[in-house]
Amino acid sequence: MAEPALALKGLAKSFGALKVTNGVDLSIAPGELHALIGPNGAGKTTLVHQISGTLKPDAGAILFGGQDITRLSPQARARAGLARTFQITSTIPSLSALENVALGVQAHSAHPLSLFRDAASDEALNTPAWEALEAVGLAERAHAPAGSLSHGEKRALEIAMALTLQPKLILLDEPLAGVGHEEGERLIGLLNSLKGRFAMLLVEHDMSAVFALADRVTVLVYGGVIASGAPAAVRADPAVRQAYLGEEG
Amino acid sequence: MASAPANSAATTRPVAPTVRRLAPLVIFILLALLPLGSMLGLPGHWLTLVTRAMIFAIAALSLDLVLGIGGLISFGHAAFVGIGAYGAGILITEGQTELLVALPVILLACAVFATVTGYVSLRTRGVAFIMITLAFGQMAFYFAQALSAYGGDDGLTLYEKSTLLGHEIFGNRTGFYYIALGTLAFCYGLARRLVASRFGRVLRAARENAVRVTITGYDVNHVRLGAYVISGMMAGLAGFLLANQTDFVSPAYMSWPRSGELIFMVVLGGVGSLYGAILGALAFLVTEDVLSSLTHNWKIIFGPLIVLFVLFTHGGIAGLVAKLRGRRDG
Repeated sequence: MAEPALALKGLAKSFGALKVTNGVDLSIAPGELHALIGPNGAGKTTLVHQISGTLKPDAGAILFGGQDITRLSPQARARAGLARTFQITSTIPSLSALENVALGVQAHSAHPLSLFRDAASDEALNTPAWEALEAVGLAERAHAPAGSLSHGEKRALEIAMALTLQPKLILLDEPLAGVGHEEGERLIGLLNSLKGRFAMLLVEHDMSAVFALADRVTVLVYGGVIASGAPAAVRADPAVRQAYLGEEG
Repeated sequence: MASAPANSAATTRPVAPTVRRLAPLVIFILLALLPLGSMLGLPGHWLTLVTRAMIFAIAALSLDLVLGIGGLISFGHAAFVGIGAYGAGILITEGQTELLVALPVILLACAVFATVTGYVSLRTRGVAFIMITLAFGQMAFYFAQALSAYGGDDGLTLYEKSTLLGHEIFGNRTGFYYIALGTLAFCYGLARRLVASRFGRVLRAARENAVRVTITGYDVNHVRLGAYVISGMMAGLAGFLLANQTDFVSPAYMSWPRSGELIFMVVLGGVGSLYGAILGALAFLVTEDVLSSLTHNWKIIFGPLIVLFVLFTHGGIAGLVAKLRGRRDG
């Protein structure tokens, strides 16, 4: 089998006496959509922070395409092809949607910080940015400031921004949180259309979305993995039913 | 979310709305015409005053680049003006009046000072950044005070002005006026280009959402340091002109109230609009001059006037201009 896109080996993180990540092992194959679920406080977001590099684990290793990235800075991880979206939408409000996406294109260009040439009319940036916006269905809103977009549009914009990083893996931190039903359906369709282009780690509360999209599911409870496997197997797992799914019926 | 499905959207790429920047153009035309006014009887004193205001406008503009565009409240920017002024002053005192020698020395000195202090200051943010830049500014101030060979506390009187290839280009008042105007226009154009460039886009984005910019793959501090260095050099240029206009250099050029005044000019004009910094400097110096000629206690009027103005016009003068034109974008 090919090298996993992402592998976590014995990852551990404590806040004082609280073990928020307790020896997590996880492996995501290239192109796989892997869902991470678990009750509130299970440590999902903490885990995402460690993978993206905004939190340092106490122990264990993070392998990205076989390379140990445990000690790399977030921006070095981003350049290596690890993109993420945020639980709370994170865009640049006053820049247009197109500029938000172009910011990502620029990061991977030969001259990400050139000083004098006008960036807004730079086709080398705009062409890939338009393509990413079109891939998520936002082309009509390209010139609107990101701050004026609807919640679902901002989610889609974040995904477009992630696309421009030529990602090998995208971390999707609750992309459906706070999005209305109709926009949620559209986002699920969008994620489905992107499946296979890169690996995705989807952290999500919406179970119907998780079971509709995921190739494999990992269940996190109190910082530790209690089950991992195909959606149907996980759903049938007694420990999972007990710990998590049972609560929600 | 856009209603069109992803595959058919390829044909509809809306055109970006055009941005017209009339206000800066009007400012520069009016400034260019002002010397004609002195022929028509405007007191010559005005030419000197507006020259001085344009020099401060360069410093305020440089501050707006880090403060307004980069979101970094530097409270020590007068230090760069002082370094520029002392650079000119010391060289002239030592008999070196050539501008082509002085300018590279000054710009290099400002770049070095900005790199070192910026590197340290940018480890912090918010109030800590304000305090650290203030502390560095005061260090420069005390250093200048201790420069007994060059006047120390009393300052340094200059008996010559800088020259260009031996020509006394600063001797004529109208000539000096146009040199200041040209330098200001050059700095404004440079700042405008920087803001619109890839570098500027990252700088602007980092002001609003540094986490997002970092996660996109940029080193935010690297970009901010770049802006800080460019800004420091621009302020140094203002200091060079100031020394040549006043024939005098003093530690007071670097004192923290001077840094505060620069922030004030930027806020008065409208933070982040660039041309607002120019308007702010002009308004500040002209109001100061008019009020101080009316009464000895002019500061009692000046202070509240400025507070009221900032309170009631969100976005300073530039914000007011934009409001009058019925648009948000300056």
